[in-house]
Amino acid sequence: MTPLLQFEAVEKSFFGVRVVKQVSFKVGQGRILGLVGENGAGKSTLMNLLGGNLQPDVGSMQFNGNIFAPKSPGNARDAGIGFVHQELNLFPNLSIAENLFLTDFPVNGPFIRRGVLQQRAAALLKQVGLDLPPVTPVEHLSTGERQLVEIAHALSFDARLIILDEPTTSLSTRESERLFSLMRQLRSDGRSIIYISHALGDILRLSDDVVVLRDGEVVGDFSAAGLDQSKLVSLMVGRELKQLFPTRKPASAGDGTNEPSSLMDVRGISQAGVARDISFTLHRGEVLGISGLMGAGRTELARILFGLDPHELGTIKVEGLELTGSPKRRIQERMAFLTESRREDGLCLEASIADNMALVTLPSHARTPLRLLDFTRMREALGKIREAVRLQSKLNDGQAVKTLSGGNQQKVVLAKWLLAEPRILILDEPTRGIDVGAKSEIYQLIHELADKGAGVLVISSELEELTGICDRILVMSAGKITGEFASAEFDRERILNAALPA
Amino acid sequence: MNHQAPYINRRSLAQPVLTALRSEYLVLFLCLLLFSALAPFTEGLASGNNFKNLLGNLAPLLVVAVGQTLVLIVGGIDLSVTSTIALTSVVGAFAMNGDDGWLKGSPAATPVAVMTMLGLGSLVGLGNGVAVTKLKMPAFIVTLTTMMFLSGLAIWMTKSKPLYNLPSSFTALGSQLWLALPIAAALAGLAHLLLTRSLFGRWLRAVGFNSRTANVSGVPVDAVIIAAYVACGLLAAAASVLYTARLETGSPVLGQRILLDVIGATVIGGTSLFGGKGKVLWTLFGVLFLSLLDNALNLLGLSHFTIMMVKGGVILLAALLDTARTRWLAA
Repeated sequence: MTPLLQFEAVEKSFFGVRVVKQVSFKVGQGRILGLVGENGAGKSTLMNLLGGNLQPDVGSMQFNGNIFAPKSPGNARDAGIGFVHQELNLFPNLSIAENLFLTDFPVNGPFIRRGVLQQRAAALLKQVGLDLPPVTPVEHLSTGERQLVEIAHALSFDARLIILDEPTTSLSTRESERLFSLMRQLRSDGRSIIYISHALGDILRLSDDVVVLRDGEVVGDFSAAGLDQSKLVSLMVGRELKQLFPTRKPASAGDGTNEPSSLMDVRGISQAGVARDISFTLHRGEVLGISGLMGAGRTELARILFGLDPHELGTIKVEGLELTGSPKRRIQERMAFLTESRREDGLCLEASIADNMALVTLPSHARTPLRLLDFTRMREALGKIREAVRLQSKLNDGQAVKTLSGGNQQKVVLAKWLLAEPRILILDEPTRGIDVGAKSEIYQLIHELADKGAGVLVISSELEELTGICDRILVMSAGKITGEFASAEFDRERILNAALPA
Repeated sequence: MNHQAPYINRRSLAQPVLTALRSEYLVLFLCLLLFSALAPFTEGLASGNNFKNLLGNLAPLLVVAVGQTLVLIVGGIDLSVTSTIALTSVVGAFAMNGDDGWLKGSPAATPVAVMTMLGLGSLVGLGNGVAVTKLKMPAFIVTLTTMMFLSGLAIWMTKSKPLYNLPSSFTALGSQLWLALPIAAALAGLAHLLLTRSLFGRWLRAVGFNSRTANVSGVPVDAVIIAAYVACGLLAAAASVLYTARLETGSPVLGQRILLDVIGATVIGGTSLFGGKGKVLWTLFGVLFLSLLDNALNLLGLSHFTIMMVKGGVILLAALLDTARTRWLAA
């Protein structure tokens, strides 16, 4: 029997970086294929190629025996490929029926045939086992129910291949089981499924075949029978360490002694749905990593520590004094927070490089009356920090920060915080989307800061990065700390196992 | 290679146009263009008396528009400025008029009335700012309803009758150009200084560009937004002082027709409706442009309605030019 879908030597690059390399694999008719890999292994890019959001640079795809080159999501849909996304693509303000037939309303002239719409929707809902009236607004549905609606949508155009991207991350056990039995039923109807998940146990239980991606390459293509979790994990992480990381001197307290001295004490931080009883200590001169999968609550924890989000229970103490209040107060306590998204809350993209760099430390340059700014002193400070972060661009020509590359933008954000001479620096995905050269420079800056006695908290999805620059790593899963590793015991497999959902 | 000559030629022709388009003085150039194009056909446009008239109109409009500029920079909008002008005009006149004013004949009448007007304007701004930040309501709706409420209030208070007989020490503020112009210039200058050289100005722009980034960077976002609305209300009240004095009347419909002029002049000047970008100087050019257009069309003897149509068209053209220019320069 010919396979339903076939990737043949597909490649895709972004800005000269190959993120999908020579990928070939097949999805058989009526089979479930489990697709696994670390964050950034290329799974999403591959699915975007399949969905017509991106086009491959090299290679081709075959679907149902024909060459398949979708130019838009509409093409993929017409071919019979349905996506159930991690972030669901439903309109919460519309009803289930309206969502199901959004692009394909049964009409009579300009009017929607309400009766036919409800009838067809009801039939589809029955197929996926969702016992709700089709007129129910989607906003009243749970995540699990919304997923079933998305699957029903795929069935509405008789999709032969359904892609489920991390479908169970926010489902209860019961909802997951319901989804799994539906997946098995779809398979027995002769449909094929690509199932993407970090829950390796579920992958092994459900899939017929498993493909492992690492760094954009297929490193394993097996029949699921006879595979075990540890084999998958070692394939997922088994990459050579490159000489990207500066050598780390042993952590010192900055006062000559080697006794670790506590800088920030976090005790019992809890917030419903986000963090559960989180306690740890950050020491002077320490680079502490926080590892975990997407949605583990790492960013949420950082936002709580910086006073951006509230917490119900627990205390945060810096050198014995409890921290309260807004980010403004945290900054006065010499805390800094480089956020996950430069675009959203790291930079003012339209503003100039200099204005962005100066933003945090502006009040220190304000003179009464009228709090006018001392531009001479400000320019001096900016010039110094520009050299410290090795930013090439000039500051005096008002160049907008949006014209810079990702790496240089990140240097601007870093400079903004370094100007405030922080004693606690929280970095959330500090090297996301930036090139290798800038990465290594940022690692160096992190170490320099720690050597001066600051405590640095690094959140990253790249395990390699954390093991490369940290003195200690905490692992989070589902809002809890599930592992702690000192640098001597950094073991990628053990860390990944701690991060996987229990 | 003979096709090169026209190429170079076209370039040299396009160069000044491009430079003008790029320049932040574009609107000033347009003013000069408008003036020199209309002056030959418009009797009295270039006369000294008309300049006086023009400047007298321009001064209060500039003051309101500068306040609007501050609010637009922070990413908001204030539609209630005209009703603030009307309300403060009425309240000021109630306080100091010579017929039945609370302070009739008192030497303190003028200063107290002016302070009351300014205080009331700030209070309106405070209300708008708090509603926008603390109640997280859209600025458009907040200030639209403020406008309706305050306009109604001003008319209700006066039973829609204007108040006359204001003290001469007050009316001088508006009718004497040597007083009105320096007041307007001082207020605009102060706003310019704060915007370009002060902590507040930087914070204002940062919040307008990206309030989330500003918040993470320790900017007191809510306080900055509230301050912008308070300044806008205060400046609207200051404009009301100039208008009321100039007309020697406390009028409940004062300023009713200038809302489009205020926002139009600010946007024509180049201040962005999306926040972050804006300068007092730009607004000055925008106000000059609209005042000049108004003045010239009036002298041409066009009816009020024709003037409105032409003004609407010109503001649309200017907005179009602005978006096109942004796109060209980005390309």
